[in-house]
Amino acid sequence: MNCSLQQEVLSLLNENAKLSADKIAIMLGESKDTIETLISELEETGTLLKYKAVVNWQKAGIQKVSALIDVKVTPQQGFGFDALARRIYQFPEVRSVYLMSGAYDLSVAIEVDTLESVGRFVSQKLAPLDSVVGTTTHFVMKKYKEDGIILDDPEQDQRLVITP
Amino acid sequence: MNLDDKLSPVVKNLAPSGIRRFFDLVSQNPNAISLGVGEPDFTTPWHVRDTAITSLETGQTSYTSNQGMPELISQICRYLADRYELSYTNNEIMVTFGASEAIDLAFRAILAPGDEVLVPEPCYVSYTPCVELAGGKSVPVPTHARHGFKLNVDELKKRVTPRTKALIVNYPNNPTGAIMTREDWLPIAKWVKQRGILIISDEVYSELTYKGHHVSIASLPDMKEQVILINGFSKAFAMTGWRIGYAAAPGPLLQGMLKIHQYTALCAPITSQIAALEALRNGLTECEAMVSQYDRRRRLVVKAFQDLGLPCHEPKGAFYVFPSISVTGMDAQTFAERLLIEEEVAVVPGDVFGSNGAGHIRCSYATSIEKLEKAFSRMERFLKRHRKAGSTGTAIQTHGA
Repeated sequence: MNCSLQQEVLSLLNENAKLSADKIAIMLGESKDTIETLISELEETGTLLKYKAVVNWQKAGIQKVSALIDVKVTPQQGFGFDALARRIYQFPEVRSVYLMSGAYDLSVAIEVDTLESVGRFVSQKLAPLDSVVGTTTHFVMKKYKEDGIILDDPEQDQRLVITP
Repeated sequence: MNLDDKLSPVVKNLAPSGIRRFFDLVSQNPNAISLGVGEPDFTTPWHVRDTAITSLETGQTSYTSNQGMPELISQICRYLADRYELSYTNNEIMVTFGASEAIDLAFRAILAPGDEVLVPEPCYVSYTPCVELAGGKSVPVPTHARHGFKLNVDELKKRVTPRTKALIVNYPNNPTGAIMTREDWLPIAKWVKQRGILIISDEVYSELTYKGHHVSIASLPDMKEQVILINGFSKAFAMTGWRIGYAAAPGPLLQGMLKIHQYTALCAPITSQIAALEALRNGLTECEAMVSQYDRRRRLVVKAFQDLGLPCHEPKGAFYVFPSISVTGMDAQTFAERLLIEEEVAVVPGDVFGSNGAGHIRCSYATSIEKLEKAFSRMERFLKRHRKAGSTGTAIQTHGA
């Protein structure tokens, strides 16, 4: 498979998941068939996982509470951190789970509807897990940029409307 | 007192910019999607802005040497060598207020009253006025859609006179997007060499070359000696507002330009020079990323014009397409005006770039894909209404190679 073509298709879709195969084909100077085949291959191999929208929930008038939780863990014999990470990512409120270097082991991001739900999640779901030694919860107070997208309203185009 | 009479006759007789009237018209229409913008839609890369901010914080607010900051000049030398196989030394380069100042300096440095300059058209709107302000005479040389708007040596031969001092070239070209390959340059270089004509080469769009690599006429054998090369940071690094560019030329020519610059401008702004240095040192990755985005839009736009049935040669540089609108039977001014009023899409009528731009429009694709697509669906509606009776609009000609 043409590696750079694959990379270009992925970066275009990563930028804008709504782009049709047709448009991508024109933009990259390839045939529609080539792009369609490539995209279905990428979907089948799980390289392209999902097409989703980045939503500014605040603008939609829907309050969400986000928190980042540092989790200290005793690694399990034979599984390291993976077994615990798998247990944690099953919870639907968990947005991301990363294994970290440094002062703690797992970084868990959650998004729920209320402040209480965060407390409930940590005290009833996360902290009781066997190998969890300790947690530190940080609440998100304001989001400025998410998934590479700036959440502030975009600046107006300041360029003159016609220039030579 | 009639103040008009106090103006110099040269200034008084200078034709007003054809874009001005159209600019006013578009400005009255805030909802218009403008394909008329001749500058990148990206902002300057953050690290470049950040470097400039730091320089202000640390108080770097003085003049620099007339020629420009030595570090910047050395960096420009390296850049020209690495990128375009050009070997200039530090004393053959000067930093200017954008490529624009360099163009003005070049003409003023070389033209005696009545000297003629060959100006291939359609072209950037400043060349002829700058020639006239420098006391010279501009001699238009047509380039044609059927040649992909490349410069043709036979057209030059027809217009050369004993007074011909210079030829200005601008590839990649604004407004047509045409480029010149090494093979395209060879006959021009040979002829110019024979005639001893100077070349002013405005290469401000050099980085925006798609399919292949930009070839500077100064890189051809023995050509450097008679070329004033002009480039800038505006287009490559999205730095239009910084007003920063440079000229490279053999010693005596550069010294002439520098003489004018030191009395009229003193030096280019230091903040912009510092930003330009950072752009050259660490900005080429961003530059390439922008170019690949322009390239994708370019393909989209060329295909869209083909689908609209407006013949359009494939532009291989800059960020413009220059389709013919003759299928509508309208002249370019009428077309642009009606498209703006009826569908709120602004394009630039081709005749503002010279009389043989008539029958064409310039569309810039330095605009987001979403806006481009919206503009094209509006144009489609417009063309459905205005296609000349009897024209099928399906006869697509693609010009040039």
